[in-house]
Amino acid sequence: MHKSTGILRRALVFAPALGLLLLLAGCAAQDYPQTTLQPRGDFAHLVDSLFRTTLLWATVVFILVEGVLVYAIFRFRGKPSDAEPSQVHGNTTVEILWTVVPAVILAFIAVPTVQTIFRTSSTPPGEVVEIEVIGHQWWWEYRYPGLKIVTANELHVPVNKTVSLKMTSGDVVHSFWIPQLAAKRDVFPKKYNPLWFKAEVTGDFPGQCAEFCGLQHGRMGLRVLVDSQPVFDAWVKQQQTGSPLVDAGKVPASMSDSAYRATGDSVMLKGKLAFMTGGCIACHAMAGTATAGLTILQGPNLSHVGSRTTIVAGMLKNTPTNLRHWLTDPQAVKEGSLMKLPRPLTEDEITNLVAYLRAHQ
Amino acid sequence: MATSVLEHSAVHHAEAKSGLWSWITTVDHKRIGILYGASAFLFFLLGGIEAFVIRLQLMTADNTLVSPEFYNQLFTMHGTTMIFLGVMPLSAMFFNYFIPLQIGARDVVFPRLNAFSYWVFLLGGLFINAGFFFNAWPNAGWFGYANLTSAQYSPGLNTDFWVIGLQILGIASIAAAVNFFVTIINMRAPGMTLLRMPMFVWMSFITQILLLLAFPVITVALVFLMMDRHFGTHFFIPAGGGDPILWQHLFWIFGHPEVYILILPAFGIVSEILPVFSRKPLFGYTAMVFSGVFIAFLGFGVWSHHMFATGMGPFADAFFSLSTMLIAVPTGVKIFNWIGTIWGGSLQFKTPMYFALGFIAMFIIGGLSGVMHSSPPADLQQTDTYFVVAHFHYVLFGGSIFALTGGAYYWLPKMTGRMLNETAGKIHFWLMLIGFNLTFAPMHILGLNGMPRRVYTYPAGLGFEFWNGLETVGAAIIVVSQLVFIVNLIVSLRRPRNAPADPWHGATLEWSIPSPPQEFNFPEVPEVKSSIPLWDLRRELGSLPEPQRVSGAGIHLPNPSYYPLVAAIGVFVTLGGILFAQPHFPWYVITLTGVAVLFYGVYRWAFEPAG
Repeated sequence: MHKSTGILRRALVFAPALGLLLLLAGCAAQDYPQTTLQPRGDFAHLVDSLFRTTLLWATVVFILVEGVLVYAIFRFRGKPSDAEPSQVHGNTTVEILWTVVPAVILAFIAVPTVQTIFRTSSTPPGEVVEIEVIGHQWWWEYRYPGLKIVTANELHVPVNKTVSLKMTSGDVVHSFWIPQLAAKRDVFPKKYNPLWFKAEVTGDFPGQCAEFCGLQHGRMGLRVLVDSQPVFDAWVKQQQTGSPLVDAGKVPASMSDSAYRATGDSVMLKGKLAFMTGGCIACHAMAGTATAGLTILQGPNLSHVGSRTTIVAGMLKNTPTNLRHWLTDPQAVKEGSLMKLPRPLTEDEITNLVAYLRAHQ
Repeated sequence: MATSVLEHSAVHHAEAKSGLWSWITTVDHKRIGILYGASAFLFFLLGGIEAFVIRLQLMTADNTLVSPEFYNQLFTMHGTTMIFLGVMPLSAMFFNYFIPLQIGARDVVFPRLNAFSYWVFLLGGLFINAGFFFNAWPNAGWFGYANLTSAQYSPGLNTDFWVIGLQILGIASIAAAVNFFVTIINMRAPGMTLLRMPMFVWMSFITQILLLLAFPVITVALVFLMMDRHFGTHFFIPAGGGDPILWQHLFWIFGHPEVYILILPAFGIVSEILPVFSRKPLFGYTAMVFSGVFIAFLGFGVWSHHMFATGMGPFADAFFSLSTMLIAVPTGVKIFNWIGTIWGGSLQFKTPMYFALGFIAMFIIGGLSGVMHSSPPADLQQTDTYFVVAHFHYVLFGGSIFALTGGAYYWLPKMTGRMLNETAGKIHFWLMLIGFNLTFAPMHILGLNGMPRRVYTYPAGLGFEFWNGLETVGAAIIVVSQLVFIVNLIVSLRRPRNAPADPWHGATLEWSIPSPPQEFNFPEVPEVKSSIPLWDLRRELGSLPEPQRVSGAGIHLPNPSYYPLVAAIGVFVTLGGILFAQPHFPWYVITLTGVAVLFYGVYRWAFEPAG
C-alpha cells in the first residue's frame, strides 16, 4: 500500500514536468505555419525576445517552486501514529525573503517589458508603405492609398520594407493577427489602430481574425504574401489596372483585348452578363463594369480576383472547382456568409462566371 | 405553560425536516447550502458536457460535428455556466454551510434573504439556459463584447437571454454577499477576533467585498446594453457616437475582480485542508490574510490587462502591466506559505490532501503563464489564443475546481454524515490530474503556435491536429473522473451515516459538533481563544469526546417561509418580462406583474413573524 502510493506520488512529480517538456517540444517543431515562435518580421522579433525572457524566468521559477513542493511532499510523509510535528506558526525572515525575491525577479521582466511597450507603440522608423486594413464580417479589405490599390484577404508587401498598417473595422470588433511577422491588434469601427512590421524574408504567411466577431469568426483567415521588390512592383502595376482608386476604375484603351473588355459572343461576355444579372454586381466592385470605381460596396473588390491564391477569406484554394463550389451555394460552403445569391445561378452562368473571374488576373 | 410552548416549537422544527415543502420553505443555512451545492453541481455537469462537445468538435480539422452557430452557443454557455452557475455557487455552498459553522453561529444573519438569494440564483440559471429551447441560447461569448451584441449584429433573443439572465444572477450574488459580509462582521462567536477567523472565513469575507464592489459595475453595463438593444440608446454603438471599448472597460472592471471571486474561496479551502493534513498550523497566518487583502485590492487595478490588444497607448499598457506583475507578489506569498505549511509537517495522504496539493502544483503553472501575458507586447501574440485558454483553465480548473473538489471530500462527511470512499477518491484525483493536464497543457503549445480561441474549427495544415486530438482524449479522461466522483457520492449517500464529528482531526469549530450538524448547529455558543480552537481543546484534554446529539428545545430558530421564493419569482418575472420588449407588444404588463409579485413577497416577508 505504502509503496504504491509512493509510485503515485512520483507520478505527481512528472505530470507538470511532462507538461513543460510538451511545451518545449512544441517550440522546436517546424510545422506550424501560423506560429508565433519563429518570427520573420522586426515587430515579431521584439515580441519574441520579450516572450523568451519571460519564458526563461517562468521556467526557472517553475522548476524551483514545483521542485520544493514535490520535495516537501516526499520528505514529510507521515503516518497517523507519528508524533505531532513541531507547531511552527511562521517565520518573519523567510516571509520577507519570499516577498522580496519574486519582486526582484519581476523587475527583470518589467524593465524589458516597458522598453518594448514603448518601442512597439512608437511610429515605425524610416520610409514606409502605408496600407489601410478594414475588418468585415468575415473577410479583410486592404487599401493602399499611396499605390492606389484596393484588394482583399491577401496582403501583398515588399520584403525588407517597413509596412505601416492603419486599421479599422466596417462593422464589429475584429483583431488583425499575423503571428510570424508582427502580432495582433484589435480593430474597431470608427477608430484607427496602428501596427507596423518589416518582413525579413519572402513567403506566404497565414494569419486570421483573433477577436470573436460572430458566426464565421473561425473562417476569417488572411494571408500575407511577402514579395521581392520586383515581384511586388509587378503586382502593384497589375492591381492598379482598373483599380477604383485609379481614374475611377476605367480600363486603359491599350488593354482592350483583355478580360476587362469582353466583346462579341465570348465566354467572357457571358460571364460578365452573369456577373451583372446574377446579383454579384450589387456587392462587388469589378473593373469593366458599372461598379469599377466604387469602394463602398459590401463585398471584396473582384477586379483581380483571379490573381489571388485563395478565396473565401483564406478558406479555399482559388481553383476552378472551388470557385464553382462557392458560386453554386455559398451558404453551404460558409454558413451565414453575407454572400447571399438573390437567385440560384444556372450551370451555364456558373461556368461562364468561373472563367470570367479567373481571367481577372 | 412555558414548557409546552418550548415543546411546541421543537415539534414544529421536527415537522419541517423532510419533504419537498420543507426544502422550498427552508431558511436553514445548511439546507440552503445543500441546495446551492446540488444545483451548482448539476449546472457544473451541464457546463462539462458543453465542454466535451466542444472538444469533440475540435478533435479533428475541418470537423462538422456541430454547426458554427451551435459551437458559438456552446463556448458562450460553457464559460457563462462554469463561472456563474458552477464555480461561484459551489463556493456559495461552502459559504452557506461553513461560514456560520466556522464562526460558531446558529445561522447567517438574514436567513430569509439567504433563501431569496438561492431562489433568485436558481431561477437566473434556468432563465439563461431556457434560450436553448427557443434556439436562442446565448451565442456572443461570456464576455459579450460590444458592438457584436447590438441589436444590429445580434438580432435574436440569444443575447437578451444572456443579459437578463446575468442581471438576475447578479441580484442573487449581491444579496448573498451582503448577507455573508454582515454575518462575518456580526455573528462571530465570543473571542473570535478578526485575526482568529479560520482562513476560509477570511478569504470568503474578502470575496464578499469583491462581489459587493464588482457586481454593480456589470449591472450598470448590462443595463446600458439592454437599453441599446431595446430602447434606442447608443452607449456602445459607434454609429450613434457610442464606444465598444466602454463595454470592455466596464466588463473587465467587473471581470477581473470576478477572477478573484472565483479563486479566493479556493485559496481559503486549501488553507483549511493543508494544516489539518500536515498536522501543523497554517504557516504565516497574518501574511496569508494580508496577501489576500492585497490581491483583492490590486484586483481592481489590473482590468485593462485583458485589453492590451485594443491599443490603449504605451502609458496605460505600462501601468496595467506593472500592476498585474505586482499582483504576482502576494500570490507568490500564498503559494510559499502553503509550502511552508506542509514543510516539517507529518503529511496524511487523504483525498482532500491530494486535491489540495494538486491545486498548488497546477495553480503555480497558471500563475506563471499569467505573469507571461502580463507583459503587453508578449500578450499581443498570446491574447485570444489557446495559450490564454490554457492559462485560465490552470487557474480555474487546476485552481478553483481542484480546491472545490478537495473541499467536497473534506467537508461532505460533515454535510451528509457519511464518509466518501478513499480509494475511489484517489482514483478520482489521479484521473482528474492526468486528464486535466492532457487537455490543457497542449493548449499552451497550440496557442503559441497560432491557434486562436473561439473558432468553431481550424483548417488542416496549420499543425493543430495532433494536439487537439490529444486534448480530446484528456477531456474524456476528465469525464471518467467525474463519473467516479458521482458514483462515490451516490454510494456514500445510500449508506447509513458513518461519519464521526471530527474524521480528520480538524482545527475549526465545525468539527466540534455531530455530522451532520443539528438544525441549531451549536447547543451552546462556543468561546474561541485562537484560530485553531479545536486543536487547543484537544491539547488541553488529550483527546476530544464524540459530541452527542441533544434536544434543541428552547433554542430560537427562524421559521420557515415561502415569501423569499415569492419575492424571487417576482424578480424573475420583472426582469424576464424585458425579454418580450418588442415594439407593439405590451411586455410591460409582464414586468409590472413581476413588480407586483415582488412587492407582495417582500411585504408579507416583512410582516411575517420571524420566530
